[in-house]
Amino acid sequence: MSSYFSKTKLFVVFCGISIIAFLTVVIVPFIYGIYLTFTNWDGIHKKYEFIGFSNYIGLLKDQVFKNSFLLTLKYVFFTVIFTNLIAFLLAYLLTSGIKGQSIFRVIFFTPNLIGGIILGFIWQFIFHNALPYLGRHLGISLISESWLATPEKAFWALVLVTVWQYSGYMMMIYIAGLVSIPQDLIEAAIIDGANKFKVLTKIIMPLMAPSFTVCLFLSLQRSFMVYDLNLALTKGGPFKSTELVSMHVYNEAFLSQNYGIGQAKAFVLFITVAIITLIQVYLSKKAEVEL
Amino acid sequence: MKGNLRVRSIFDVLKFLIILIFSSFYILPFAIVVINSFKKTGEVVLNPLALPKEFKISNYFEAAERMNYFRSFFNTFVITVASIAIIVIFSSMTAYIFARKKWSINKIFFSIMAASMIIPFQSVMIPLVKIYGSLNMLNNMWSLIYMYLGFGTAFAVFLYHGFIKSIPLELEEAALVDGATTFQAFWKIVFPLLKPVTTTLIILDALWIWNDFLLPSLILISAEKRTLQLSTFYFYGTFTSNYGLAMAALVLTVFPIIVVSLFMQKYIIAGIVRGAIR
Repeated sequence: MSSYFSKTKLFVVFCGISIIAFLTVVIVPFIYGIYLTFTNWDGIHKKYEFIGFSNYIGLLKDQVFKNSFLLTLKYVFFTVIFTNLIAFLLAYLLTSGIKGQSIFRVIFFTPNLIGGIILGFIWQFIFHNALPYLGRHLGISLISESWLATPEKAFWALVLVTVWQYSGYMMMIYIAGLVSIPQDLIEAAIIDGANKFKVLTKIIMPLMAPSFTVCLFLSLQRSFMVYDLNLALTKGGPFKSTELVSMHVYNEAFLSQNYGIGQAKAFVLFITVAIITLIQVYLSKKAEVEL
Repeated sequence: MKGNLRVRSIFDVLKFLIILIFSSFYILPFAIVVINSFKKTGEVVLNPLALPKEFKISNYFEAAERMNYFRSFFNTFVITVASIAIIVIFSSMTAYIFARKKWSINKIFFSIMAASMIIPFQSVMIPLVKIYGSLNMLNNMWSLIYMYLGFGTAFAVFLYHGFIKSIPLELEEAALVDGATTFQAFWKIVFPLLKPVTTTLIILDALWIWNDFLLPSLILISAEKRTLQLSTFYFYGTFTSNYGLAMAALVLTVFPIIVVSLFMQKYIIAGIVRGAIR
């Protein structure tokens, strides 16, 4: 009995506060949130009703939500691919003995020290003012009007800035992976007559599989959840054309006061992120074993 | 052999050029902001790429005053430091018990925490605001700090847990035999050994909390409680057309981070890499 008491005491002293904080901040709101998706709470009235699956059925007819959701998938697809391509390229170049490579690493990493709001404003100025000025004076029609003024270009501006921001982060992880590859393995392959391309695809890439797993996971998760950058760079505009799902959920709940519907949308986001990241991790781990 | 060397050096020049072009893409946006932060608005509109004719340093004083810079800086500092301190203290203790005691309750909570890491913030923010709003706990810096503890715990426990498993038991057992309590053994013997994880955690959490926008924007309502990200956001929204001033505000927010990170460079890179191993 006394050992049971001392065990409990130990658990409460060591784990009590963090578990309470974890439960009350993450788990309780998460479960309560699932309940909210079945209600028509508007955020103001104390009373609200249980309305079953109506919110979810409503989502199927909500064209704005569907657009935002599809746009997010498109955005995630392009940012994840470009971020990882560029990050790997930079990491590869910056581990090949270029002069001043440690300075370049720091430069590419810098955007990750700064919040998305600030980065968004910086690029807003670049797209609105600096590039159009350059475009008009050099006669480059592609940039002579602000990219943020037309839906299609605003989308690519968002992709571009996201890739710009995260490439340096993923680059650091790829560099760590590249540096840890045993040099004698590469030398042995070269002695056996492998060219640089063969070394890259047959030796370096397979050994880098764990880094790819991590970077894909991180970039997937981050781009699904992006909000700050979206808000500061395009504010979802022009005409809601760049409103990613995070911002859509925020606006639905906190601006339109449809908390129940907003939460149902947030829950759909959760399910999507969970399924996609789990599939990605499963496939990557499988690839790691096979290689 | 000679021809081969020439091919190699052409390749090296090419690589260097690619890197140079990429890096200008990273430096120029910041440089353009700095240049324009010293200009009058008219000058910015006329040519956003030219150097300022005269340095209008008053932009900085005005921006600092209007965005309540020092107050927000102080708020951000307190929130970041306090949140990280409690995350480190309580998560390391929790992870220690999770790693050392094979109780079933530990396994249950550890798996819940590991699984919770895929929950996006957006899918808990609405109920979070509702619950803490009904408890009258919004617009309070300490509620925000408590929430950072809640959101930061799972990852921190996970990170510590992996490291503690690799520490041999002998040291703490010796201390326990000598009559130390588990609490003393943890703080005197184990915690100092966790230093590499603690630095990693401090770096990652500092980047997260200092730059966070969405959570504080939901919790902190009154202007004097705003963090730097919030006050920059509201200031920029109001003064978008006053370019010189807006650019000065951005520089004011970015500059301290750059300076601190230059000193911490080594730790930041190590932190990112170590934190990425999940």
